[in-house]
Amino acid sequence: MLAAEQLRVVEAAIAAHRGTEGAALPILHHIQSALGFVPQAVLPVVAEALNRSRAELHGVASFYHDFRDAPAGRHLVQLCQAEACQAMGVRQVTRESEQRLGLALGETSPDGALTLEAVYCLGLCACAPAALVDGAPLGRVDAAALAAAVGR
Amino acid sequence: MTRLFLPADAFALALGAEAVAAALQAALPGLELVRTGSRGMAWLEPMLEVATPDGRVAYGPVRAADIPALVAAGLAQGGAHPLRLGAPEALPWLARQTRLTFTRCGVVDPASLPDYAAHGGLAGLRAALALPPAEIIEAVTASGLRGRGGAGFPTGIKWRTVAAETAPRKFIVANADEGDSGTFADRMLMEGDPFSLIEGMAIAGLAVGAAHGYVYIRSEYPHAIARMRAAVLAARAGGLLGPDLLGSGRGFDLEIRVGAGAYVCGEETALLESIEGTRGQVRAKPPLPAIKGLFGCPTVVNNVITLASVPFILANGAAAYAAHGFGRSRGTMAVQLAGNVKHGGLVEVPFGVTLGELVLEYGGGTASGRPVKAVQVGGPLGAYFPPALFDTPFDYEAFAARDGLIGHAGIVVFDDTADMLAQARFAFAFCAEESCGKCTPCRIGSTRGVEVMDRIAAGDNVAANTALIHDLCETLKFGSLCALGGFTPYPVLSALQHFPQDFPQETQP
Ligand SMILES: Cc1cc2nc3c(=O)[nH]c(=O)nc-3n(C[C@H](O)[C@H](O)[C@H](O)COP(=O)(O)O)c2cc1C
Ligand code: SF4
Ligand code: FES
Repeated sequence: MLAAEQLRVVEAAIAAHRGTEGAALPILHHIQSALGFVPQAVLPVVAEALNRSRAELHGVASFYHDFRDAPAGRHLVQLCQAEACQAMGVRQVTRESEQRLGLALGETSPDGALTLEAVYCLGLCACAPAALVDGAPLGRVDAAALAAAVGR
Repeated sequence: MTRLFLPADAFALALGAEAVAAALQAALPGLELVRTGSRGMAWLEPMLEVATPDGRVAYGPVRAADIPALVAAGLAQGGAHPLRLGAPEALPWLARQTRLTFTRCGVVDPASLPDYAAHGGLAGLRAALALPPAEIIEAVTASGLRGRGGAGFPTGIKWRTVAAETAPRKFIVANADEGDSGTFADRMLMEGDPFSLIEGMAIAGLAVGAAHGYVYIRSEYPHAIARMRAAVLAARAGGLLGPDLLGSGRGFDLEIRVGAGAYVCGEETALLESIEGTRGQVRAKPPLPAIKGLFGCPTVVNNVITLASVPFILANGAAAYAAHGFGRSRGTMAVQLAGNVKHGGLVEVPFGVTLGELVLEYGGGTASGRPVKAVQVGGPLGAYFPPALFDTPFDYEAFAARDGLIGHAGIVVFDDTADMLAQARFAFAFCAEESCGKCTPCRIGSTRGVEVMDRIAAGDNVAANTALIHDLCETLKFGSLCALGGFTPYPVLSALQHFPQDFPQETQP
């Protein structure tokens, strides 16, 4: 079921992109940035507005790594796992961060405080290892810096 | 009034630029702080510059805690301090480069169209507006410009194909998906000199007869997205976009689109699918996007750096660009030094510079101070080269002759602690993670590759499993629709070929 607030957001997202050709991604981004995730229940509404099948929209939302079907934690740590960061020891930093934060890559803590996830390159490869913490870039990170950035 | 320049480029932000900005505002009330892009010396970021009567003076790397001492030392007048670097353009690392595309990046205010014009911007578009479309295309062809997204396809030929099509609508698409690890040139350019990309796209539109464009930017680049969105508004207000380009009566406009975390959407046809709002799956070619691209219309898809190189060519002439370079690789390349490298950042140099000069002279070797073991050139689908191949000139053909590729020109440096079996395994794992799912070898074979690598690592049936890896790579090479599956063998096989010591050998029974 769609909560009233969710329905308002979806309708606003659809209205904002009326007349946009290829509006599916802009609409899904709009919903995710307002709600923090893309609830499964919105997909039929978006599908109808775009004159596409539910299955198609479901396929789109699930294809892209960005779209979440559940909210992330209040803090979001995206730690780059790609080669330049590997060359600067991100495998070790990842293990230490997992230990220190008490959750594995890809997990959200049970209290909903924190999500730790992998990304592949942030374009910060000359100050690796790199991360985005709640959208803010951090270079030359270690586990202590990541923990500090989320107040742990 | 004191005029200071501090990058708001993601490198500088990642290294504390916002805290530096706050400390400056507190220490020097009333100062004018211009937030620029980066000049590309990542190891000196945040690099602060001050305008003096004798030109700019740079300091770096600056931390917020340094600000009181810098101010006391006479920062506003370019005073002496251990962090003082002198005139930034005289720093040898920068002075040795040939900056044609990145001349303004780190210098100008990326929010200001007047500043762009005052530093040579718009001259390319003015020149293009005075030419018939065929002559614009002729200039781009004669410059020798090849696509900077990886494949190195001649840009003039692509444009000619689109120009020759008759269709009610055509499009210009800038590929700003920049998914390759070790690359950040597109990001730096969009954050530091966004109008040059817009100008290049407008010129492309005039050349092929397209009135509308898209810039598809990956979501991992929030700062570049914000900069480009602001630049589009400023460009419309200033006549660089809209129905009346620089008062010519001819029009071009564009939209920013944001990706959603899929590496394969950097592949041009997957990118078009993504703009259209479907799953980012690769389309079979033909038809080429130049014939049947976005929404079924003829479409130019070019990398950000390709398009941003065009204004220079139109403003200064094809010969001025083609004068630089090596063999069939003309002009300059925006090389990116990344990973375990002492002096990482952006090096724009003519093609032909050797890999060794880039890694050892510009890069200064590893950040760890240990010996270089390997460099991966060209992103996750690029080969690993040992220092024995450092005499390879930076050139599409020379790299291909050594079973490598230059791709988008990222160079990731590894020191002697790197485990090349782990790197080969990662190449398969990345392919499995990012496969669009269309081809069986890519979708299934990559996961198989991870498993077989694990068996080799465990010393299990090494000879047979190594043979299996070679078979799998053959299948990927010939059974894949695009380079994600097709080029995954490059990192895998180069690791096996050049670093056999990292792979267990068959123990004699
Ligand atoms: C898996 C894959 C990922 C790619 N990623 C990018 C990318 O991020 N940026 C880019 O410009 N080209 C990328 N390309 C190349 C594009 O398909 C295309 O060749 C390019 O955008 C054409 O522009 P150019 O001629 O200016 O290089 C990728 C190709 C493949 C197969
Ligand atoms: S090689 Fe892989 S990514 Fe490319 S089209 Fe085939 S399945 Fe998709
Ligand atoms: S590889 Fe980690 S930021 Fe590019």
